Amino acid sequence: MNDAMNVLVDLAVIAMLVVGISRFRTPRGARFGNHAAGLALAAAILLVLVRNGVTDPITVALWTAAGGLVGVWMALRVDMTRIPGMVALQHGMGGVAAFLISALELVHGGSELGAVGKASGYLGLAIGAATFSGSLLAAAKLDNRIRQAPTRLGGHNSLLATLAIAIVCLSVASSTFDGPALAIGVGLLVVLSASFGVLFAMRIGGADMPVLISFLNATAGLAAAFCGVIIQNRLLIACGATVASSGSILTHVMCKAMNRSLANIFLGATGAARPATGSGSPSAVPAASPAAEGPTSSAAPGTPLASVKAADDRPLADRLHDVARVALGARRVIVVPGYGMALAQAQFAVVQLTRRLEEMGKEVRFAIHPVAGRMPGHMNVLLAEAEVDYEKLCEMDDVNRDFPDTDLVLVVGACDVVNPAAIHTPGTPLSGMPILMAHTARHVAVCNLDARPGYSGVENPLYRQSQTTLLFGDALETVQGLRQAVDAAAAKPAAGAGVPAVAT
Amino acid sequence: MLDLTLMLLVFGLSFAIGYVLISRVPPLLHTPLMSMTNAISAVTILGAFLLFAGDVDGTTRVLGGLALATAAFNLLGGYAITNRMVRMFRSPGAGTKSRV
Repeated sequence: MNDAMNVLVDLAVIAMLVVGISRFRTPRGARFGNHAAGLALAAAILLVLVRNGVTDPITVALWTAAGGLVGVWMALRVDMTRIPGMVALQHGMGGVAAFLISALELVHGGSELGAVGKASGYLGLAIGAATFSGSLLAAAKLDNRIRQAPTRLGGHNSLLATLAIAIVCLSVASSTFDGPALAIGVGLLVVLSASFGVLFAMRIGGADMPVLISFLNATAGLAAAFCGVIIQNRLLIACGATVASSGSILTHVMCKAMNRSLANIFLGATGAARPATGSGSPSAVPAASPAAEGPTSSAAPGTPLASVKAADDRPLADRLHDVARVALGARRVIVVPGYGMALAQAQFAVVQLTRRLEEMGKEVRFAIHPVAGRMPGHMNVLLAEAEVDYEKLCEMDDVNRDFPDTDLVLVVGACDVVNPAAIHTPGTPLSGMPILMAHTARHVAVCNLDARPGYSGVENPLYRQSQTTLLFGDALETVQGLRQAVDAAAAKPAAGAGVPAVAT
Repeated sequence: MLDLTLMLLVFGLSFAIGYVLISRVPPLLHTPLMSMTNAISAVTILGAFLLFAGDVDGTTRVLGGLALATAAFNLLGGYAITNRMVRMFRSPGAGTKSRV
């Protein structure tokens, strides 16, 4: 094949990818889009195999089959609540591929690479290795294999800066090396870059994970693009750049949804270490942090607020009954899901409850905050798996104006995203963050684990509003209990409010 | 130098086109989008194949093999998981009476 032909074929593959991505507007289109992208990639691979061939097909086939089979096997059996961990693992594997290819090309290519090739090689190596280790750490956190709490070392930022300088210096030095010295330099660079990734990711925790996972998406793409420069492959550069831009967009969307800057999240620019409780997280042991004392010191995480407790200390059954009666009289209901729902695996119970309410003729929708859960879109896939029509999954901006005209809001495992302090109290870590306006609804029922503040550490005034009923406990049990209460209340519509009506 | 210009152009154009296209993806599909882009970035597998195009030494057989395996993991795994997710989204009205 001649050069013009190659360019045409590359363009065809890229066009197919573009068509695929552009179909990601609706779920139906996305099915086609994914197939189109898959086809484009298959064509690209075939093309390279035809153009260049492989000298050792059996080794290549074995390695490829091994990786591919494990990937598909994991993809088919992973639970939707664990999707964020799985995606983080994929980012990490992308990083591994990128740094290994860069390293091998650097060592083998030697002086033939030229300045551009070498520079790209070292960039791909460093970014790939840091993406790899950072992603594995993120995946471990997201799967709750290790605590989600941020871990901070003394002088964390200076350590990061020192490492970064060391990586740059060693890269420059290695580029003049040859033979074994070059191999050692490259190996050392992998170790340094991987340490950088660990240091970088370790102090990001809990509700900031959506930003980290989006950012790693971008760096994995960037590393791939640099790989493309070393091997002078236009397709790889184009694909890497597309992924990098996708990750950048998602990172930006996540930052905007938290009203925080990237520097604030990654470098702790304000120094405000946040207590590390995911909303409704059972393992929540807030990290004591002097910096967070300011506006949140009164919130003494871990002990339910006196005011919250005093508001309603009747048995849970009575409160469930109250909410059930509100639900029966409601016309419009909105569910606000959060990470706590995923942790409690309550999504199917929630959908069961909403089906019951819909059967009674009520309008039920779900209000999805952009950073609800642990990755962009997390709540949407969870609820899609539970067979909720996607038209009922509403974006924040679309649903917010409807809250005042909503009879009942059911908060399930969400805290910060419905915290009115973000609007009414200046100077807290949440201030200015866009929230779901649940507090403007006629009645709110909170099915969270306890009264502890969310990840931000900011006490939630919603809990103390008169129209709020607190249903603390395991969200799965609470929601199931609520459905039984609704059934029981529906069975005897004339019964007085004082009758304990929870089904046995 | 022409090579560098060309590569920068390819990078810049792809980034820009990607930016325009992906800005329009609704939050509903952000998770499948991320897993699909993971599959796309796994075209690094092309680089891994090229490692096996010439003479293959022991190091390449192992480390290059690992690169092949991890890229294939992403490529096929990312495709499969995206497919699984986008198929879960139910169109309005369908499937309201099934399980749960």
